[in-house]
Amino acid sequence: MALSKDEVLVGLAEIVSEETDIDTAEVTLEKSFTDDLDIDSLSMMTIVTLAEEKFDVRIPDEKVKDLVTVGDAVDYIAAA
Amino acid sequence: MTTLNVRRGPEFTRILGLGVARGEHAVPNDDLVEPISSSDEWIRKMTGIVTRVRADKDTSVIDLSERAARDAIAQAGIDASEIDAVILSTISYPHITPGGAPVLADRLGATPAAAFDISAACAGYCYGIGQADALVRSGAARHVLVVGAEKLSDFVDPADRSISYLLGDAAGAVVIGASDTPGIGPTVWGSEGSGAELIRQTDSWLDVRDKPGTPFPTLRQEGPSVFKWASFKMAPVALQAIEAAGITPDDIDVFIPHQANIRIIDQMVKQIGLPKHVVVAKDIVDSGNTSAASIPLATERVLRDGDAKSGDLALQIGFGAGLVYAAQVVVLP
Repeated sequence: MALSKDEVLVGLAEIVSEETDIDTAEVTLEKSFTDDLDIDSLSMMTIVTLAEEKFDVRIPDEKVKDLVTVGDAVDYIAAA
Repeated sequence: MTTLNVRRGPEFTRILGLGVARGEHAVPNDDLVEPISSSDEWIRKMTGIVTRVRADKDTSVIDLSERAARDAIAQAGIDASEIDAVILSTISYPHITPGGAPVLADRLGATPAAAFDISAACAGYCYGIGQADALVRSGAARHVLVVGAEKLSDFVDPADRSISYLLGDAAGAVVIGASDTPGIGPTVWGSEGSGAELIRQTDSWLDVRDKPGTPFPTLRQEGPSVFKWASFKMAPVALQAIEAAGITPDDIDVFIPHQANIRIIDQMVKQIGLPKHVVVAKDIVDSGNTSAASIPLATERVLRDGDAKSGDLALQIGFGAGLVYAAQVVVLP
């Protein structure tokens, strides 16, 4: 059964927090991974990989650059 | 019925001697940041590199190889004439033919040893170890000289932000021979050619010839994709090598991965689940990414620094352009 966007956000925030030590409450839909959360390209790949495992989805490498905000990632994972 | 003789070699092999040669110059980040609009701080954060070793313009891949090989042969306590095969792993020997290995063998006096190059990029040293182990155990060679050598500074573009600033020049060599006890575990190796474009030469030599204005080829990589592949897909390969050797991660003393990027090394340690007591080689900080040479260089470093000792069990894994990979557990010389 597909997860709701709220459920994806909670899970994604946990992954981001684990990788970066950012508080999960800071990981909100409008936040930009690079500009707001200061996540570099390698940490982003780690987050993407852990999200693939956690949500059992495939996020192609070439798609990652389109995931600008947390909301973009939540939408992509929820629709996958 | 006529039957053919077959050779059989000793049951076990080990690394008998190790030698390294680093490029003569330690090049700091500040010397490279201007053309890529970067900073020392950014390079350290993204790669862990503080300096990379680079060779003089006149120093060749064979020069570096010879220096490393002479030390390896001396430590092995054999004469060069007792080497039956020379394997040179390199992607930066600037001749399509002849290979560098016969030239190296001749310089060392290791003639008429079989001599050939292998092109397995950053996995090349571990590919060579796997082949040397098999050659000795099959009886095809008494001693095999394996050299991983690169002069990558000949193939860098100072304005490239993807890989050039990582790369260094060096050679590492080992002599493999018979042993009374197992000194080289089974090699777990493979390839993933669907990722061939992730680390590549910019243009082919034919393009340089046929398309006016094509610059001299240099290297490029898709950094984040390579990071993902190496960090997460190589951990299972490392675990297979541990299992194939009949040991557990607790038995490992030292982890010596290809020195590609400290972020990859740190993530691999996490993904493999290596215990805290395992020493993790991080020669990349001072030597940079020297491709096929990086594992023997890092091995020499942990031994020289006293972080590991002869007889310790080391898990080594190489991975890179191809994509190709190889891993094995070895007893340190």
